[in-house]
Amino acid sequence: MPKRRRSRALLVDITRCIGCRACVGACKEAHGLPGDDTATELSATSLTAMVDQGDLHVRRLCMHCEDPSCASVCPVGALHKTDLGPVAYDARLCLGCRYCMVACPFNVPRYEWTKAVPAVRKCDMCIERVAQGQLPACVDACPVEATVAGDRDELLAEAHHRIAERPGDYHPHVYGETEAGGTSVLFLSPVPFAQLGFVQGLPAEPLPDLTWQVLEKVPGVVTLGGAALLAVWWITHRREEVAAAQTAREDDHA
Amino acid sequence: MRDRYGVPFWKAVFYLLTAVGFVVLVRRYAYGLGAVTNLSDAYPWGLWIGFDVLCGVGLAAGGFTITTVVYVFNAKRFKPIVRPTILTAFLGYVLVIVALLADLGRPWNLWRPIVLWNPRSVMFEVAWCVMLYTTVLALEFSSLLLEKLRWTRALAVQQAVTLPLVVAGALLSTLHQSSLGSLYLIVPGKLHPLWYTPLLPVLFFLSAIAVGLAMVIVESRLSSRAFGRALEMPLVSEVGRVLVAALGVYAVTRVFDLADRGVLGAAFRPTGEAGLFWLEFLGGVLLPMGRLAAPRVRANTGALYGAALLTVMGFVVHRLNVSITGFESAQGGRYVPAWSELAITLMLVALGFGVFALAVRHLRVYPEAAPARA
Repeated sequence: MPKRRRSRALLVDITRCIGCRACVGACKEAHGLPGDDTATELSATSLTAMVDQGDLHVRRLCMHCEDPSCASVCPVGALHKTDLGPVAYDARLCLGCRYCMVACPFNVPRYEWTKAVPAVRKCDMCIERVAQGQLPACVDACPVEATVAGDRDELLAEAHHRIAERPGDYHPHVYGETEAGGTSVLFLSPVPFAQLGFVQGLPAEPLPDLTWQVLEKVPGVVTLGGAALLAVWWITHRREEVAAAQTAREDDHA
Repeated sequence: MRDRYGVPFWKAVFYLLTAVGFVVLVRRYAYGLGAVTNLSDAYPWGLWIGFDVLCGVGLAAGGFTITTVVYVFNAKRFKPIVRPTILTAFLGYVLVIVALLADLGRPWNLWRPIVLWNPRSVMFEVAWCVMLYTTVLALEFSSLLLEKLRWTRALAVQQAVTLPLVVAGALLSTLHQSSLGSLYLIVPGKLHPLWYTPLLPVLFFLSAIAVGLAMVIVESRLSSRAFGRALEMPLVSEVGRVLVAALGVYAVTRVFDLADRGVLGAAFRPTGEAGLFWLEFLGGVLLPMGRLAAPRVRANTGALYGAALLTVMGFVVHRLNVSITGFESAQGGRYVPAWSELAITLMLVALGFGVFALAVRHLRVYPEAAPARA
């Protein structure tokens, strides 16, 4: 993956969030989705949601991986990582195989199970607004800058700066810095992320590497396998020819 | 007596299953997948992928192993098996495509991988393998039709390209069988360690070879009972002998892999996963392997059939564990197929049996000389 110089990203600081749910409502409005701002779990009509855990409020949304599993597994490239940062989806190309949903390490993509012409639904970081230099709807709506937008490198620096400045208030890890090879949505938390239900144990290498290790062997398997099969064919049939010729010669001598 | 229930009974079953399946299919296209399936965002793949596709492709594996053994390795004694296995494989692949048409959210986009290439996607490889190998199987199967129609010139052309077809079929099958396992390499955190392994593609390939052979035995038995047409017993026994070796290679690889990854212990903990593992491995691999190792089991039609059925069972449980139950510990909740999902699957199975029966009756699937058993 080429390094994107000015890749847009989001930083969600759970210590700042007041749980007002403005982001959930704004997201629905921006995407023309039905319902109010009460969603506690992602769905085909809630592309962001908020889980209240005591005093803490945890947003759920697409992590916009740097090397996304969903995009790597899509047979037709209906999902792809844009240079801008967001992972975008084009429903017109989609087969509906739902491999993206199986593959996503964060269990983000949702499906329109009740539609005759269904699509995958997930946060697109308001790519159309971002492309025009505007802020994503959730960032725009946040009254306390709990979610902010910016370049990924700058946001990472900002996150580490906040941790260094007030180490007592933060768990010393930026979730998304290395998870699954890094994501464009970064989280800061006052408590360990495991306590808030964040997916643990993800490798620092992008997951698509796991399938690529096998896929890159395909040309070799075809070439070597084909050559081996033809070689076996030649040997087994040559043996038969030789045997037949020998029998014929013996018949001549007789 | 050909069958305990007779042909009219099975015909009625066939029409009933097909009719119910068709109604469900109409509902699925009119109201979406949610109307007929228990699929969910946590379990986006269910019975149709786990059984119809993963098992369907595997059960068709006899098609490439037997043709390779006969035409490439020149083991002529197995030639009588070629036709039934090609028929099975061709039917299997056609039914897999039908299942995909039901399962895909937007099946009208099925052709798109032809022009939109994403070589990083295992699903892209799978799509191409399905398309190409179904074409190869159709060409291999065409000889039975051409011969029936007495189109001798076309038949001669078909015979001339047998070797390239067989080699292409073997390569495509190797890729396809293994790639169905590779699909799951991207979910190390979601699939239970008893099933997630970097060796998934190898295990899928090896188990497909075994089950392809087991299916030869199962079909010969069923055809013998239903139509009085089957393979000769010494040949079926020989397939049983090869099956022992195939199961052995698979079993050793499976155990070595579990030990190598240090997760053998997980098989001995009191979990549902461990139970399913033993059902699959003890009941569906070790038991049939041990049974078939005995020559007297291989010489007995019923015992041979029983061991082959166990192998098929073990294979099906493995595929369902990888695709469904292996996800339960990570995903939470549980997926149990809806009756309407089962209805589609049963319709496909009925169609498979129905067309196979039709072919055996009208085409030269089994050699004429095969003994008709009473």
